[in-house]
Amino acid sequence: MTRVHDMGGRYGDGTITPEPEDEVFHTDWHARALAVTLAAGSLGKWNIDVSRHARECLAPTDYARFSYYEKWISGLANLLVETGVVTREELAGQGDPAPSPLADKKMTADQVAGVLAKGGPADRPSNTAPQFDVGDVVVTRKIAANALVDGGHTRLPVYAAGARGRVLRLHGTHVLPDSSAHRLGDAAEPLYAVVFPASELWSHPEHPRDEVVLDLWQSYLEPEA
Amino acid sequence: MPHDHSHDDPHALLPSDPALRVKALETLLTRKGLIDPAALDEIIDTYENRIGPRNGARVVARAWLDPAFRAALLEDATAVVSDLGFYGRQGEHMVAVENTEAQHNMVVCTLCSCYPWPLLGIPPGWYKSDAYRARVVREPRKVLADFGVTLPSETAVRVWDSTAEVRYLVIPQRPAGTEGMGEEALMALISRDSMIGTALASAP
Repeated sequence: MTRVHDMGGRYGDGTITPEPEDEVFHTDWHARALAVTLAAGSLGKWNIDVSRHARECLAPTDYARFSYYEKWISGLANLLVETGVVTREELAGQGDPAPSPLADKKMTADQVAGVLAKGGPADRPSNTAPQFDVGDVVVTRKIAANALVDGGHTRLPVYAAGARGRVLRLHGTHVLPDSSAHRLGDAAEPLYAVVFPASELWSHPEHPRDEVVLDLWQSYLEPEA
Repeated sequence: MPHDHSHDDPHALLPSDPALRVKALETLLTRKGLIDPAALDEIIDTYENRIGPRNGARVVARAWLDPAFRAALLEDATAVVSDLGFYGRQGEHMVAVENTEAQHNMVVCTLCSCYPWPLLGIPPGWYKSDAYRARVVREPRKVLADFGVTLPSETAVRVWDSTAEVRYLVIPQRPAGTEGMGEEALMALISRDSMIGTALASAP
């Protein structure tokens, strides 16, 4: 029911190493990996939820051994084959690559600034009315799984499953990743920031008043019993 | 429809060395007419030289200086930063959260690496690391200790896990002794990490 990327609260990861602010990319290929991924995304063959799910579906052994941008480039390679944009033979470097019918969608250098400035907002109109008000007590799904697709993408982390929290704010209605990641439509619904006492999530919270906030879709939540 | 992979994953057809892996994919997509290497140069230049944490520092400094700006930022950060030209990819839905004596805010994305690009640029390596993603929601003070930060015992921590497309900017507390300082001077005290919540603003 869970995947390797869902690591919030996990033990055993060791210390964190701060780094200077002016070090944007550690090596040239990191920068190249990011740019190739962004440019390929602009071809319009997948959305952000599909691409996140592609990275999450890497084998746990690969996910754990790959560095960050290796995950990106490997998820991208898998997506390119799955969507038919490139063939396995082309990826393996066999023969001459065929020109793509998508070539007219190629992002050119003069389009980059506009594409980055435009972004990709996730708010959409929805027929689903907000069920909760700020201050309401809610309980998250007992099992942090996609309700539409077995083993599918979801944004409810395991550590926050079955937890009781309080609605802090309503963000409006947003694309539901559980649907969008599987090309089942935007299925927009109300999105809330929900605050949980650390003691609701962890057996040994560091401080009695610590809290964790998650952004959660309405279908992840039930009213307090 | 979830696609589970094994050793016959398409990515395994690429060279195993990551630099060669990226190069092979860039070359293939270029030959197929799908990407323009000059566009890649432009993307990299944008995030190396034009979009970065100085954008966020300007927003924070202005919030420290101007109560009306601060109130508007806390009310609707997306509108306020858009007016400054800081709207864009990975910053479409912004929320600003303010540190106080009673509460310190920290931001993470435990599921991937969501981060407010138009205000802070590309996230640092540690923000994307397993250690930060795994630990900060459970033991924020031990994480702060890795950054050399100790909070007063009366200060509670609120960690924001960016599980949707909403992006969070921390407004650190304005340090004492900064009265009379202008926007540019204040910006020098506001590090990237202080706007994620793993640092405090520097003393003047």
